[in-house]
Amino acid sequence: MKPVFQYTKGMTEVSTSYCPGCTHGVAHRLIMETLDEMGLLGKTIGVAPIGCSVVAHQFMNVDMCESAHGRAPAVASGIRRVHPDKVVFTYQGDGDLASIGMGEIMHAAARGEKFSTFFINNCIYGMTGGQMAPTTLIGQRSTTCVDGRTREQAGMPLKMCEILSTLDGPAYIERVALCDPANIRKAKKAVRKAFETLLSGKGFTFVEFLSICPTNWGLTPPKAMEWLKENMMPYYPLGVYREPEVQ
Amino acid sequence: MPKKQFRVVFKRERCKGCELCKAFCPKKLIEMDTQVNAKGYCPARMTDQTQCIGCQSCALVCPDGAIEIYEEE
Ligand SMILES: Cc1ncc(C[n+]2csc(CCOP(=O)(O)OP(=O)(O)O)c2C)c(N)n1
Ligand code: SF4
Ligand code: SF4
Ligand code: SF4
Ligand SMILES: [Mg+2]
Repeated sequence: MKPVFQYTKGMTEVSTSYCPGCTHGVAHRLIMETLDEMGLLGKTIGVAPIGCSVVAHQFMNVDMCESAHGRAPAVASGIRRVHPDKVVFTYQGDGDLASIGMGEIMHAAARGEKFSTFFINNCIYGMTGGQMAPTTLIGQRSTTCVDGRTREQAGMPLKMCEILSTLDGPAYIERVALCDPANIRKAKKAVRKAFETLLSGKGFTFVEFLSICPTNWGLTPPKAMEWLKENMMPYYPLGVYREPEVQ
Repeated sequence: MPKKQFRVVFKRERCKGCELCKAFCPKKLIEMDTQVNAKGYCPARMTDQTQCIGCQSCALVCPDGAIEIYEEE
């Protein structure tokens, strides 16, 4: 029998700690499949965040470093500067990156640091039990906005691809969605482009994955996929926000 | 040319019963077992292998590496 699809050796055999249906698992797999296909598993150093993916280093089969909450871009900047021969990436949630870590991501991107960031936007603080994140949508309920987020109280949700695209540092920025097989294929192409652009020396690359948190959204995984399409996609438009320059 | 035959293999003990593969199979070939696995989830399983078109939709959406697909030679 000829294998058509097998679990990548870029992932360890360990069963993940994520909830049933959580797209952290899909995002992990796409990144690690791509590194494997590009022959980079032995050259890569990843930086894990605080959030549900605090344990990503147990599942991603490359050298990894853990960082304090939101500080992954600072840690990755340091690693890449002392190891210019390595492929460095951060993997961060929306609470980690857009809340406590806003300063670090903005300055690393502005400096055009030579690493890639994979941003898992599930509109919620997943790990701590579903509090409002900077990305929580207007009207969306969370444990800290039980009647739904309002603009008056919390302002509008932050659009990280749009914000980062005001800077000169990033070489490539794209937003994708992990909501169905076709979009997951497109997401993988974006991961590939992020690493290829990085390897070409053009600088910082950023991919945002619209993701689901079925547990804290209170939806089954298939319903959460629909919720993503109906609610997240209109507010967070998919697409390329910075196209790498052709030289 | 004879029709291609695929074999979808579910790793019962990795599965968390999330039903994403079931929801996205265009041929509706996946069902959930009524017996739980060691983790306590009702794992996904195949109904009619012969109807599978090898589209990989199930494997692409699976967050847990519980699905492998083979082509019969
Ligand atoms: C300095 C500090 N402040 C607060 C926390 C509590 N905390 C842990 S994870 C988290 C938010 C995680 O949300 P997100 O980054 O969106 O990740 P997710 O779990 O949703 O993937 C917070 C506030 C902490 N661990 N450290
Ligand atoms: S709490 Fe949400 S983000 Fe965290 S593992 Fe569960 S589903 Fe995923
Ligand atoms: S490969 Fe396609 S047709 Fe076959 S079981 Fe998976 S989703 Fe269904
Ligand atoms: S998508 Fe994967 S984990 Fe979810 S039910 Fe199907 S095989 Fe199990
Ligand atoms: Mg989150």
